[in-house]
Amino acid sequence: MLAEKYPEEVKKIFAKYPPEQRRSAVMPLLYLAQRDQGYVTKAALEDIAQILDITTTDVAGIVGFYTLYHDRQAGKYRMQVCTDLPCALRGADKFLEDLCGNLGVKVGETTSDGIITIEEVMCLAGCDKAPMFQLQSGEGIEYHENMTLDKTMELVAALRKSGKEVK
Amino acid sequence: MAHLLLRHRDIPDIGRLEVYQKNGGFEAFKKAITRMKPQEVTEVVKASGLRGRGGAGFPTGVKWSFVPNNIWPHYVVANADESEPGTFKDREIMESNPLQFLEGVAIAAYATGANAAYVYLRGEFWTVAAILDEKIADMENAGFLGDKLFGTDYSLRIYTHLGAGAYICGEETALLESIEGKRGQPRIRPPFPAVYGLYGKPTVVNNVETLTNLPLIVEKGADWYKSLGTADSAGVKIFSLSGHVNKPGNYELPFGTTYRELIYKYGGGVTGNRPVKSIMSAGASSTMIVADDKALDTPMDYTSVRGLGADLGSASIIIINDTVSLEWVISKTIHFFTHESCGKCTPCREGTYWMLHLIERIQRGEDIKANTELLHSVAMQMQNKCLCPLGEFSTMAVTTAIERFPADFKPSHSRGQHG
Repeated sequence: MLAEKYPEEVKKIFAKYPPEQRRSAVMPLLYLAQRDQGYVTKAALEDIAQILDITTTDVAGIVGFYTLYHDRQAGKYRMQVCTDLPCALRGADKFLEDLCGNLGVKVGETTSDGIITIEEVMCLAGCDKAPMFQLQSGEGIEYHENMTLDKTMELVAALRKSGKEVK
Repeated sequence: MAHLLLRHRDIPDIGRLEVYQKNGGFEAFKKAITRMKPQEVTEVVKASGLRGRGGAGFPTGVKWSFVPNNIWPHYVVANADESEPGTFKDREIMESNPLQFLEGVAIAAYATGANAAYVYLRGEFWTVAAILDEKIADMENAGFLGDKLFGTDYSLRIYTHLGAGAYICGEETALLESIEGKRGQPRIRPPFPAVYGLYGKPTVVNNVETLTNLPLIVEKGADWYKSLGTADSAGVKIFSLSGHVNKPGNYELPFGTTYRELIYKYGGGVTGNRPVKSIMSAGASSTMIVADDKALDTPMDYTSVRGLGADLGSASIIIINDTVSLEWVISKTIHFFTHESCGKCTPCREGTYWMLHLIERIQRGEDIKANTELLHSVAMQMQNKCLCPLGEFSTMAVTTAIERFPADFKPSHSRGQHG
């Protein structure tokens, strides 16, 4: 239960919005739920609905609409590669293909050790620094830009070793 | 000329409060609060000719003047959702010159009578939000945000709100829905946000770059600002340059700089030394400009770009050289808009889906002539039929690629990306 487990964070979230507009807290609460479990569990949907006094369906509707909320477990890190037009003009499609080949996965799949899930995403506002991707985990999101396959495989090796993100 | 918006390129530590202050930071906000009435600030901004930098180009001061004085409270919302493919200017401002942006938010809030402002960042800007939260705390500690600022009765708080991955939330009414904790789907307008905005209250929504101009305008005056740029496009603009250029990036330049100058003088020329085939002037929402001499020598300002059958928009310029077939380009833009359509309006939801199927048929070589005609027809039928511009945006590149680059849709044409 988020309110009991993270009382300080929940208080901070509600302080941002007028007291009568509790529903505004749904997005930050969902991020908090993802930090807690890695994805939004069914229990978290019900918990957030109860905190905000809205229906579980309302909360699920938010999860379904926005791409950064996930309703199922994936790898510890989601490696989200942009292949939109400006990135593709700088070789992003080939980069993604090579990356998948090297990791032995298809887009949407997770490496057998459960560390990396490869995803293809829409524009991330890093068009001048392609190929690029973001690494999403429960802890947040970090950009990796001007990437090569070698640099990316080094990052993957480091993530596998420590289970932690390195700069 | 020294940068006015990307000031960190001249003063590397401008993101630190004491450095920003040493370089004149917060003087404009102080001047506004202690020596000007809110209405006077609005008048200066109106007189400066500043137009919205998010894409629509609507005069900022005029937008503010629509806020009624008989409904309270008022809100200011900074649109930091920056999601248009090819646009990456607001991110650089917020990462490296965040205090000038936040001072701009504060000035807009004072001018429109708001005591609370929200910065709505796309969810991917997680680290940017952390920077802004830190800077907001610094401003509170230094007395630039909080209660009774500069000894007056004016109070202001700024909050960040992270979205979670939805291009549509850059549309201002969808953005407001999102802050309210709902799915980011556009509202029917009118009423416009100036009257019925966040929580149903009068709200001004301005783009990050627009707001970052405000401290300069208040400090140096409307005449100074107007003296930069061209007659209909006052001031400077950040041009985000991407695609087939050797030096992609943000370039802060006066309005009226030509595409040729941007590509060759600043952008280091075209990848592979190839000719420019097409220019997209406003990200994925652009029409496809035929890059002939006339286009390359066109000054980048609101009126001149329109003369090319295009829009300046947010000035996200994607350069495409002759190694690429335009049927591949529009397959990319269609894919983007199909993914990002929010699903509210039928022509956009169904139209983008069908455009995707048709371009896939064309790419597979299936009855190219008939499917190209059908694709053009579907795109035309989507125009002017949706609540927000997304539906229309999705068709811009499609119709103009087919009309202006017919050779790329001939059955004998070699398709795809060859570069």
